[in-house]
Amino acid sequence: MSRQDLRNLYQDVLVDHSHERHGYGLLEDPTAESHGINRSCGDEITLHIRAGDGVIESVGWTGHGCAISQASASMLSDIVAGLTRDECTRCLDRFRSMLQSRGKDDGDEELLGDAVALSGVSLYPPRINCAMLAWTALEDGLTRIDA
Amino acid sequence: MPLDIDRIRAQFPALRRRVNDHPLVYLDSAATSQKPSVVLDAERTFLEQHNAAVHRGAHTLAAEATELFESSRERLARFLGAAPEEIVWTAGATAALNLLAYSFSNASRGRGGEPAERFRLGPGDELVVTELEHHANLIPWQELAARTGATLRPIGVDDAGRLRMDEAVEVIGEHTRVLAFAHVSNVLGAINPVAELVALARRFGALVVLDACQSAPHLSLDLKALDVDFAVLSGHKMLGPLGIGVLYGRRELLDAMPPFLTGGSMITSVMMERAEYLPSPARFEAGTQPVSQAIGLAAAVDFLDELGMEQVHERDAELGQALVTGLTAIPGIRVLGPAPGEPRVGLAGFIVDGVHSHDVGQFLDELGIAVRVGHHCAEPLHRRLGLAASTRASTSVYTTDAEVAAFLDGVGRIRAFFRA
Ligand SMILES: Cc1ncc(COP(=O)(O)O)c(C=O)c1O
Repeated sequence: MSRQDLRNLYQDVLVDHSHERHGYGLLEDPTAESHGINRSCGDEITLHIRAGDGVIESVGWTGHGCAISQASASMLSDIVAGLTRDECTRCLDRFRSMLQSRGKDDGDEELLGDAVALSGVSLYPPRINCAMLAWTALEDGLTRIDA
Repeated sequence: MPLDIDRIRAQFPALRRRVNDHPLVYLDSAATSQKPSVVLDAERTFLEQHNAAVHRGAHTLAAEATELFESSRERLARFLGAAPEEIVWTAGATAALNLLAYSFSNASRGRGGEPAERFRLGPGDELVVTELEHHANLIPWQELAARTGATLRPIGVDDAGRLRMDEAVEVIGEHTRVLAFAHVSNVLGAINPVAELVALARRFGALVVLDACQSAPHLSLDLKALDVDFAVLSGHKMLGPLGIGVLYGRRELLDAMPPFLTGGSMITSVMMERAEYLPSPARFEAGTQPVSQAIGLAAAVDFLDELGMEQVHERDAELGQALVTGLTAIPGIRVLGPAPGEPRVGLAGFIVDGVHSHDVGQFLDELGIAVRVGHHCAEPLHRRLGLAASTRASTSVYTTDAEVAAFLDGVGRIRAFFRA
């Protein structure tokens, strides 16, 4: 992949998610809550996780930010519902290595679903934090559940 | 005579850059301007021919360096309508404002003795700032208030970002000891009413601190005529080098202020347990000084004066109007600050409806257009206007009409790209 076209960064699926924002809204009875902030631009997210019987039941979030951070949070909430904590951690690791690959890793669609559309971000290092915002909040929240 | 922009541009090497296969359109001069060859050459010549520490040693290079350093101070003084003793070199505007705040704080602890009494602050005293300040002209005063027990009071802005002068009249009063405000807002481009604010402060004997960072590159400044007590600016925003700025202070005030940074080169005599200090400006210039940067800044004001600050201002106002008029005409764009036709410098903050400023900046960067995104170190102002962030385009003497047109064309295509 190259930076030839800005659509490689802002893929259609990404723009869709940035508008649809799946999982937007906080949960009523969260098991864990976490907060993330992107210092370079002030983007913020509050993320709720509800877990039970060793499984993430659902994720809800609020906040504001750029298309990349909003789409990323939306994709995350699609992916992690129904996963165990270990599976979540595996997704997280895979997602992070995709973003850090500088265009070499298109991502594992089976594991990451729509989030592979964020692979283009790896060619825009200043934007990696935008894509990671929801995921680092998830990582933080996972430390506080006993799934 | 209007500025010959092509001739000016030829003197800025950085403007030959290409970015993402487009010629660079640099519209982030309010963050830091590009530098003309005369500035870079002045620095290089100093470093190659005269490099030495100033005010120390008797050798030829030291004498030359001192001469160049001090004549640069005189040059800045002339540019600002001040006396050389009233010009203190600092690392920048942030450093200059902290110098003031810490000097006042030292005075509040009794340092500087009786002459420094007028800088002493304590409970009951008030420091007044405005809601549109850059963090550099806010946080040092917050900290000063916290250290001394004084109270920080803001003058608010209205929904359009205009300074509420009705509120200024209420807030500035007998307890006001310091009034600090920006000459020109780095987000709105609006020019604040200096004379009216100074008059209010004078009525109560408050000290006036002017943040001239965003006015010095655009307007002809006469600090004596503006009648402020202190002013600060950053060299790198006015075609000069990074790492150099100026604190201007009325001479009798600077001479009465206790120092902030202490060490070499600012003393008359040093005993083991105490020291005597030089008068200003040396008192505030502890340590080995940024000589090449000061010389570069003097070259920058030479460059500006050769263009003529009146012409610079005229062109700047024209660019400011071109930005605000052009942006206002694009559907879904909201310009912050003064409406078309109202005075503004060549700077426009704006919102693209439904698109975050980060994405706006990314879209424009793809076209080689550099703008600033985020809260521009003015978080309270953004919060007041109900915004998390905005995008800012800012011009300089090298900005062309074609660049403004390319920028406006780019902005016009953003919402479709993001399906906003
Ligand atoms: C209005 C204003 N004040 C202060 C500053 C701080 O200047 P510097 O970062 O050069 O110290 C800036 C620039 O960032 C500014 O725009």
